[in-house]
Amino acid sequence: MSKARISPVRSGFVHLALAGYTAIALFPVLLTILNSFKDKNAIFRSPLSPPTMKSFSLIGYETVLKQGDFVGYFQNSLIVTVVSIFFVLLFGAMAAFALSEYRFRGNTLMGLYLAIGIMIPIRLGTVAILQGMVAAGLVNTLTALILVYTAQGLPLAIFILSEFMRTVSDDLKNAGRIDGLSEYAIFFRLVLPLIRPAMATVAVFTMIPIWNDLWFPLILAPGEATKTVTLGSQVFIGQFVTNWNAVLSALSLAIFPVLILYVIFSRQLIRGITAGAVK
Amino acid sequence: MGSLQLKSIRKAFGTHEVLKGIDLEVKDGEFVIFVGPSGCGKSTLLRVIAGLEDATSGSVQIDGAEVINTPPAKRGIAMVFQSYALYPHLTVKDNMGLGLKQMGAPKAEIDAKVAKASSMLSLEQYLARRPAELSGGQRQRVAIGRAIVREPKLFLFDEPLSNLDAALRVNTRLEIARLHRSLKATMIYVTHDQVEAMTLADKIVVLNAGQIEQVGSPMELYNKPANTFVAGFIGSPQMNFIDAGRLGDSAAKTIGIRPEHITLARDAGEWKGKVIHVEHLGADTIVYLETETTGLLTVRLFGEHRFAVDDIVYATPDTSLMHRFGGDDRVLR
Repeated sequence: MSKARISPVRSGFVHLALAGYTAIALFPVLLTILNSFKDKNAIFRSPLSPPTMKSFSLIGYETVLKQGDFVGYFQNSLIVTVVSIFFVLLFGAMAAFALSEYRFRGNTLMGLYLAIGIMIPIRLGTVAILQGMVAAGLVNTLTALILVYTAQGLPLAIFILSEFMRTVSDDLKNAGRIDGLSEYAIFFRLVLPLIRPAMATVAVFTMIPIWNDLWFPLILAPGEATKTVTLGSQVFIGQFVTNWNAVLSALSLAIFPVLILYVIFSRQLIRGITAGAVK
Repeated sequence: MGSLQLKSIRKAFGTHEVLKGIDLEVKDGEFVIFVGPSGCGKSTLLRVIAGLEDATSGSVQIDGAEVINTPPAKRGIAMVFQSYALYPHLTVKDNMGLGLKQMGAPKAEIDAKVAKASSMLSLEQYLARRPAELSGGQRQRVAIGRAIVREPKLFLFDEPLSNLDAALRVNTRLEIARLHRSLKATMIYVTHDQVEAMTLADKIVVLNAGQIEQVGSPMELYNKPANTFVAGFIGSPQMNFIDAGRLGDSAAKTIGIRPEHITLARDAGEWKGKVIHVEHLGADTIVYLETETTGLLTVRLFGEHRFAVDDIVYATPDTSLMHRFGGDDRVLR
């Protein structure tokens, strides 16, 4: 924004508002991380103070790493999230390409049908999903989670990506056809690179709910071998006693993988969100 | 090695018919231009020839072979698009070579052909660049180069100059004309700009509402328009159309006279009128008159002339260059 068009006072207010929002958003995260380094008494006596020499303790992390297979839980969460994102992006982009590129009977209807998933939460179908998974013998497998999360992520992915696909120039695709590229080559080599920002946006929107989900792991894959991080942390929350050190440490650790994935996507993401708003 | 035959091509989108039976023959080495107003179906026709749109019915033959079921890449055509349509992630060299690479040509052959095409278009120093690092004119030259490299039977141009600024448009126009002379290839070119059509074409096809209005050389269309549409479309400023009844011609419905075929005098002449607007273009002066007999009349005079608004002048048409059109808007001969 040029200096001529925005006064220092106005930009000051804008920055104040943004800084305020940042503080509110970061506060719980910061509090979790700070308290995860304190002993139990310090957590309850002064929850807002940073760890001091006296209250500093790694007991939470020790518990987390000793009790249960946390590395395994992390691995499960990562596998489920990454594989689901991959399938959501692949199938979402393919469906979006078909909807935006080809004229066929029922195109609009199909688009609407696929978009309905945005409005109807997949959890409404939990009972049927569970019955299906039991019948298919997929209970307590990561495959069950990946299938459900792929289905959950597809509607939004198709909706966002098909809008972006429409903006890819027809001439470019036609030039590819004349140069002898197959429809698959046009999709993978011409269209996908051009909508990369949109793909990153979809990836982030898909990733966070999957990583944080407790519902489906609890129902479909509660076994020790297939526990995800969110489910694994529940071990420390009991009906009568909650091991706060361990819970906070587990949550602090769980933040980092998403953070890393986010950083990978974020450079693309900013372009994705602002695309269309400015030319 | 590059003739084209179209037989009763029809194309409908839903119930809306865009092409209503097009028959056309293009000989080897001809430069044919499709011209017409927006929405007349000229781009759709080009896409049907390229195979990017399927015709609802009809036949497309290239070199005598039916290609209606052949995919675009196998038709032996190359196309240049209005928006250049260069692959953004490939260098100029790879952009030009991709078609050959897909056909499985050996690398040495691709390199030789790309080198030849780029020297024709003086693109040698840009071969390693990406399209984003080129100016509009350079991009369009790369797009033309990409077409040359394929050595097609037919070159198809879809409004290739519309995105360029005026000066560059003239240069690129010259370049395309030069290219047609040196390659002796068959070229089909779509434009809505009648100046491009007049300057480049061997043969102009005037399209309107999905039908061919007239086919002919530029001068044929200018001198002998078949109907009022062609008469009005070719030539700038537009031909004057006068109600034949006002001129006492009962056999015709409309009389057409081009602005450049009327002379103006201050003292005497056929039609008396008042000047309502004057445009001084340097080489030409365009005078708009309101005359008692003909209504609004545009007159194009060569050189500079001092006429002012509200001057009373007399206009005299060159009667040998008048066009008479009948009730169906077709010319009477």
